[in-house]
Amino acid sequence: MAEEFQVIIGLEVHCQLNTKSKLFCGCSADFRADAPNTHVCPVCLGLPGALPVLNKKAVEYALKVAKALNCTIPEEGEFCRKNYFYPDLVKAYQITMGDDPLAIGGYIEIEDDAGNPKVVNLTRIHVEEDPGRLVHMGNKERGYYTLVDYNRSGIPLIEMVTEPEMSSPKEARRLLNKLRATLEYLDVFDPEKEGSLRVDANISIKGHERVEIKNITSYKGVEKALTFEITRQKNLIRRGGRIVRETRHFQEGKGTTTSARSKETANDYRYFPEPDLPVIRVADWVKDIELPELPDARRDRFMSQYGIAVNHARTLTGDLKLAEFYETIAPVGAALAASWTADILMGELNYRDMHVSEVAGHADQFAELIGLVRDKKITDKAGVEVLRVWLDALHTEAKSEAPSAIVERLGLARESGESFRGIVEAILEKNPQAVADHKAGKKGALNFIVGQVMKETKGKSDPREIHAMISEILGE
Amino acid sequence: MITEEDVIQIAGLADLSVPQGELTAFTGSFNAILEYFDILDTLEIEGSLERKLFNVFREDEVTESLSQEDALKNSHNPEEGYIRAPKVV
Repeated sequence: MAEEFQVIIGLEVHCQLNTKSKLFCGCSADFRADAPNTHVCPVCLGLPGALPVLNKKAVEYALKVAKALNCTIPEEGEFCRKNYFYPDLVKAYQITMGDDPLAIGGYIEIEDDAGNPKVVNLTRIHVEEDPGRLVHMGNKERGYYTLVDYNRSGIPLIEMVTEPEMSSPKEARRLLNKLRATLEYLDVFDPEKEGSLRVDANISIKGHERVEIKNITSYKGVEKALTFEITRQKNLIRRGGRIVRETRHFQEGKGTTTSARSKETANDYRYFPEPDLPVIRVADWVKDIELPELPDARRDRFMSQYGIAVNHARTLTGDLKLAEFYETIAPVGAALAASWTADILMGELNYRDMHVSEVAGHADQFAELIGLVRDKKITDKAGVEVLRVWLDALHTEAKSEAPSAIVERLGLARESGESFRGIVEAILEKNPQAVADHKAGKKGALNFIVGQVMKETKGKSDPREIHAMISEILGE
Repeated sequence: MITEEDVIQIAGLADLSVPQGELTAFTGSFNAILEYFDILDTLEIEGSLERKLFNVFREDEVTESLSQEDALKNSHNPEEGYIRAPKVV
């Protein structure tokens, strides 16, 4: 019996804006490398009598995002106090926006799981302050306690809320990738800073209560958290159980979610207008905001300017640094460079947990490598080998060795097929069964032979040449 | 009309407990305060609610923060620059 479970997902994405100073005071927002409680002042410590004053740049950045995401800016926006009692909040309230946010509506275009275009609508975007950072300490024997660092208190955030319109964890992941790329292109946040993009997800099975998952600190964890939660909810329903409307925390290490205590979920924030901040009227600023080329436009340009395939163009423009990297090496041969960057380099980078920014300074060397492949100085296989050696040296020793030097050092230069004739003949002789299979018309039998030759020649031979030579030897 | 249950709930949200003997007094005080709003509601405010103050900003400029020593002056028993708080999870 097939069971129909329709999954409904909505996201709340928090992004730290990369302003120089905090949202309501002049404390430096560049706090990550510094000692705790050294980027604080009476305002962000919530000391009596201190008054917040809004950072204009934060509003401009938020409007830039709103424009890029096709939002409407209401005539008036108003800050509110969201009251809750927790040590990460100095004032026992967070300054955020309530019924009158900065922006409403808007949408993000993604692809659904079948590869068709899909529009996910946005509910709103608002500006708010980041709370402080808590470190949970202690043990069973000596008791538990909490350490608080208010350096993060008051860092400007925008919260972007989507409608519950995604229907799989993969769609949610694609939306986040698109959003992350857009924010990066807009130059309003730094994706390499830990915790600069944080996600809460609402997820439900149609006809059942929804669950909010908090604490997803790596946006790559979103797909994992949602996948786990769908399985949990489906199993619960299959067993005849009921989904409880609740907040659950994602445990990054275990890849599971656990129920938060009901006290933390008490949704009684008693919002009221922030009396210390006048309203904002910024709708007419939007027309003066100039947007840079955004990921979709760049993808389309890559396809028309470089004549590359849509999947390559999409991968290459999904990350600003990657797109810039590709454009510097494209002159070596646009199609070859696209394939070597999007397919091969990205795979090798991911395998090493590296980011393209770590090789961006050596784009000329990567271009040299592609040139060696293009000019048939080395085979594709040897090219991959050179790439690995090159990346390992960059990664582990921060040493950059020219690909041509690596080819020389490891003796990977391509040699013409003729010099391998002896090896080919010997391998054919050693594998009469494969030859017989091939003659009997079995597809792929020759591939085994070619593979053996490649191995024997350490990748210096060209598989197409070897193929041709085998056919010739076998008198075909 | 504020009830004793409302007072207990509001106190709970602030992590406060209300001593049993004082619950009635607090409930009375809450109601007395809210009654002032009945007086405010009698005012003629038509047209006077227009906001004359809006768009008050500061430029994105960094100013000096407190020293860690000053920042921790009101903290009992800080630990390595952090403020110590009771267990929260």
